[in-house]
This record gives sequence, C-alpha cells and structure tokens, in this order.
Amino acid sequence: MEESREQVAAALGARPSEIVFTSGGTEADNLALWGTLAARRDADPRRRRIVVSGVEHHAVLDTVDFLVDHEGAEVTWVAPDTDGVVTPEAVRRAVETDPGSVALISVMWANNEVGTVQDVEAIAEVAHEHGIPLHSDAVQAVGHLPVDVTGSGVDLLSATAHKLGGPMGVGALALKRDAALVPLSHGGGQERGVRSGTLDVAAIRAFAVALTESVAEIDPEAKRLAGLRDRLVESAVALGGGIRPGGFWRPGDLSRRLPGNAHLLVPGCDGDSLLYLLDAAGVECSTGSACQAGVPRPSHVLLAMGLTDDEARGALRVTLGRTSDDGDVDAFLAALPAALERARRAAGAR
Amino acid sequence: MRVVAAMSGGVDSAVAASRMLEAGHEVVGVHLALSQNAATLRESARGCCTIEDAGDARRVADVLGIPFYVWDLSARFRRDVIEDFVQEYAAGRTPNPCLRCNEKIKFAALLDKAVALGFDAVATGHYAQVVERRDGSRELHRAVDPAKDQSYVLGVLDADQLARAFFPLGDTLKSQVREEAAHHGFAVSRKPDSHDVCFIPDGDTRGWLTRQLGEQPGEVVDTDGHVVGRHRGAYGFTVGQRRGLGLERSSLDGDPRFVVRVEAPTNTVVIGTAELTGVDLVVGDHARWCGPAPEGVVEVGAQLRAHGEEVPATAWADGERLQVRLGRRVRGVAPGQSVVLYDGTQVLGSATITSAGRT
Repeated sequence: MEESREQVAAALGARPSEIVFTSGGTEADNLALWGTLAARRDADPRRRRIVVSGVEHHAVLDTVDFLVDHEGAEVTWVAPDTDGVVTPEAVRRAVETDPGSVALISVMWANNEVGTVQDVEAIAEVAHEHGIPLHSDAVQAVGHLPVDVTGSGVDLLSATAHKLGGPMGVGALALKRDAALVPLSHGGGQERGVRSGTLDVAAIRAFAVALTESVAEIDPEAKRLAGLRDRLVESAVALGGGIRPGGFWRPGDLSRRLPGNAHLLVPGCDGDSLLYLLDAAGVECSTGSACQAGVPRPSHVLLAMGLTDDEARGALRVTLGRTSDDGDVDAFLAALPAALERARRAAGAR
Repeated sequence: MRVVAAMSGGVDSAVAASRMLEAGHEVVGVHLALSQNAATLRESARGCCTIEDAGDARRVADVLGIPFYVWDLSARFRRDVIEDFVQEYAAGRTPNPCLRCNEKIKFAALLDKAVALGFDAVATGHYAQVVERRDGSRELHRAVDPAKDQSYVLGVLDADQLARAFFPLGDTLKSQVREEAAHHGFAVSRKPDSHDVCFIPDGDTRGWLTRQLGEQPGEVVDTDGHVVGRHRGAYGFTVGQRRGLGLERSSLDGDPRFVVRVEAPTNTVVIGTAELTGVDLVVGDHARWCGPAPEGVVEVGAQLRAHGEEVPATAWADGERLQVRLGRRVRGVAPGQSVVLYDGTQVLGSATITSAGRT
C-alpha cells in the first residue's frame, strides 16, 4: 500500500504523506469540505463561509447544501461565464466582500458535463493572498490532463480511480501537510488520523497502477482524443440547425477543455429523445451527468452558464476514452442526422 | 411491433411489459418522470412520482433485458393534469386526474413522442381489454377482474389512441399478475397497489388544495338558504360528501346531511338530505368516443365514478354534448367526474359531467 501511495503521490505531484486514500471522489469531496469547514471554524468562529463555483459536481454542491442546512455554514456561489469558466476575478469578488469570513474556496479542476478546465493556479493565488485554503475536485482531470498538486498551489484535491481506468470504489484526497482538517471518520487512526478505517489494498493497488499508466500516456492520448473530439464537434456543428458546442471549445486546444469531452447543444430537441435514438443506433452517450439519472432535470451546469430550461434540455454529452477511435466518431456522425430529424419531430409533440 | 411499455415501477406495468415481450414485440421500457421534485426513499404505496419507483422500473427492465429510459413529461403533467385539477376544484367541480392523465399524457404526450421516435404503440398495466375486430377496428372492454377493472379511466380514449394502445393484463386476475411477477423474479411482485392521486402523496386532497388555493372562508347553507355553518374553502367539498361539513347545529330532524351543490361564484356549499342528492338526468360535455359516435338515442349502461356501479340508462349525443337519462336515481353525482357509457362490457365513450338533476 505504501508503494501505491508513493506512485499516486508521484503521479499527482504531491508527497506520499499528502495522499489520503478514500472510497472515491465523493468521499474525498465530503471530507475536504466538511473537515476544512470544521477546522477553520474551530480556529476562528467567524470563518464559516464557503466560496464555491456554481458548476460543481453534486458531490460538492450537495455537501455544501448539507453544511448550510446542518453545520451553520454560509455559501457564496460563484457564477461561471457562458463558457463555464469560473474566472479568478469572480472568485476574488466573492471573497473580498468579507475575506475574514471565508473558511474555504472550492472550484473544480475540470467540469464533468461541458469539459471546461478552470485556471486553478490563478484561483489558488487569490485564495492564498487572503490565507484561505483552496479545494479542487479534480475527478475528471486526473489521468487526462497534467495535474500537479504542488505546482498548482491547491491545498486539497479530490481524485477517483474509475475515471481513469481503475476500479470503482477507491480514490484519494491529496491534502497539503499544513492543511487544517478535522477527521470525519474516527477509529484506528489510519491515513494520518484523517480517515480511520481499514483500507481496500487491492483496489488501491489497482488505482495506483491505472493512474501511473494513464499519466505516463497523457500527452499522446490527450492529443489523440482532442483530435477525435474536434472532428466530432466540427462535423456536428456543420450539420447546421443551430447546433453548437457547450462549454469552452477551440480546435486543437489541449488545456482549456477536457480532451475527451464533446458537448453539443441541439436546439429544438429533447436530449432524452436523442439519447434513445442514438442508443438504438448503437451509440452510447448521455444528456448530462449520470448522477441525474433518477429524474431528468435540465443540467444545473448549463443553467449556471446562463442557458434557459429549454436550451438546457437539448444537451448531448459524448465522452471519448481510451478505446474510442475514428470508427466510433464515424458511427456517431452517421447516426446523428436521422436522430436529429426524428428528435425534432418528437419535440413538436412535447 | 415496436412498443413503448410505460413502466411506473409497480407490479402491473412490470408484468404488462413482460407480456408484450413474450408476445414477440420489440419492447422498450419508459418511466415517466411526472414530478418536478421527486421524493426519495418514501414508502411507496401510491406513487408514480418517486425516484424509488423509477429505480424499481429500471430493475424490472434489467431483469427482462430490455432498454429502459426515463422521459421527463413533468411540464406537460403539471399543465394538463395538476393545474387542471386545481382549476376544476376552484370552479366547484370534482375532477378525475387519472382520466385526464390517460387522455393528455399517457396516450397523447407519451404516445405522440413514441410515434415520432418510430414506435408503433404504447402498452400499460391498466386492467382493461382491447378486442380487435375482423375489419381491424378496435373495441375497449372491461377487464375480467371486476375488482381491478380500470376501463372507466380509459373511457376518454378515442379510436386513434385506442389503435395504438395495448393493455395486456385485461384478461387476468390481479392475484395471477402477482404470481407471474414472482415467477419472473421481479422484486416488485409484492409491492403494494397504488391508489389515490399520485401527486398528493399523503392522500389529503383538501389539505393539498388549501396549500394551492389558500383558505377561502365561506358559508354552508341549507336548500332554503339558511346559514348552517362555515367552511374554509368551497373547493374542499364534493357533491354527495357527508363528513367534514362543520355544521354548527345538527339538523332538526336528526337525519344526516350531504353536499348537494358547490357554488363556486359565491363560495357557498349547499347541503341537504340524502334524498336531495339523488339525480337521474346527467348532462356532460367534452364527449369522447372509443369508436364511431352513437347516433340517436341508445340504450347503455352508465358509470358515474371510478369503482361506481353501472346503471341502465338511455343516452343521446349531440356533438361534444351528451345527455344521459338514468334508469333510477343515483346519489352523489359530482360535476367534473366523467360519465362513461357501456354496451355490455364494451366501453362506448365518455363525457365530463357539467350538471345533474331530475327529470
């Protein structure tokens, strides 16, 4: 396990002692937010405000809601721009209304729905000017983009194995040595006393191997995936009908959008109709994030980016990964026109 | 055929989907998301609106090995069913939201979407039978299980809707449906039946309406116009209702009193003796026919509420309007409910009751 810890630390640009293994990204987010809030408030009762972006995953959003409802926290939501970018200036404005009240800042590394990558380094500078810790949910980024805990200045960072080819049920919180954190699970004192409980060594081993391999191949793989992504988006947009990419997108860009994330906004279509039609044609994609699978609601990310309910309903997310190739993009592009035509007809029946 | 099986997460729609599959159709399961803020982890005795139900439906689709989707029809449901429900009560009538849902959602919004996406039909777990005649036309009939028969709430379907509807459970007793579900290994085989109004989870319709419409204090009067009590909103009362009248004094003769009329414009509830609630002439509008509209005066059976008994009657239709003369007086016929007409077990059609009186 300690060998795995060293590998994970090396892959994330952290020290081995800064890696706390968890059951996944959700636990890492909960531990980071709740544990930091509790520690900062213990040190100074005024510090109970969380500054957090409006495009976070539910593992962060719902944890913040919980802390507001049950732990006396206050929250300042930072709205993104229309590309889903949370600017350092917007974070600064939110902090500087009352810097002394802020317990922590949380801004995700890369968005799971629209793929937009945030300027975490610049946001960390803003945070540190005021002595505030920064947490970043990097679940989507780790293994797909260069992520360097030390270099970025982030104080807490969440990662998970299953988004980079590892098993489900294991992840980590990278935690700077000087970060103040109150543990949430108590017992045997494992993981620096921050996260008690016997760990799943086999899963951790697999996590470390998968992470090491994916990080070693980031450069060529990101370039390859971005090429597929760009062809998919360009060809879809060329079909006309007002189709446009969701989130920041520039052909050839490798740093401001997840290389494997293609997101399309399709006016006049319900995403769930497209989903069915593409599925029936053998193309697997999604309308937003899988966690909204209970009842489909317009994506909170798209709404935060300023889209209307109706615009947000016509969302299609295509994720490209290690096994995706030109043939998959061809299959998607071949199936898309007929699916669009039928979905538009179905929307007329809405 | 390519068929959408509407899967609520209950045992009936689960078995309906499995029967369509066994009959050789290409079946896709669809759960309708009808609530905009679905409840979680609630013991689901009456729902079609919880995340738990969506999960149950998904699990059945997994067991059957069919594709499964959740389609969000909550905006349509809110507009066409919930808002209509509130407006009808506010107007002093007693709507049946299940009929409304079948007419506007399951066999309109859902069916239209399914057809646009390339499907041929929609199958549900309703207890009713579709009989196909030699000429290809279809008839709607009562289910063989009289305790579960739901043909009343399907009486709003027209011939086009019926042509694309399947009700695979109409020839089966409920107990057999549960056995069949258990045989397939469906976890929902012992799930309680749904009942009441699905969007009012606690079953307290009056309390729910009060939250929508606010308290509207008014008078309860007898048929001579004497004030005999006060109420907090006439919308909370239904013709034929006996309980919860809030009378300040019991009637002089000691006989129970019932709601005779709800007068929305003056926010007044009129009460009278049981005898006064009996009617034998019913007028309806918004007539809908499962096949060709009947011509002239026809001898029929009339059912005036869900699970109500069928009464011999004569009916004559005039466009959207329908008049029904009942063979005997019936109590508690509330405007807003539907009158559904039968010829033997066959459903002819329906109309929404606008008024009821005596010949």
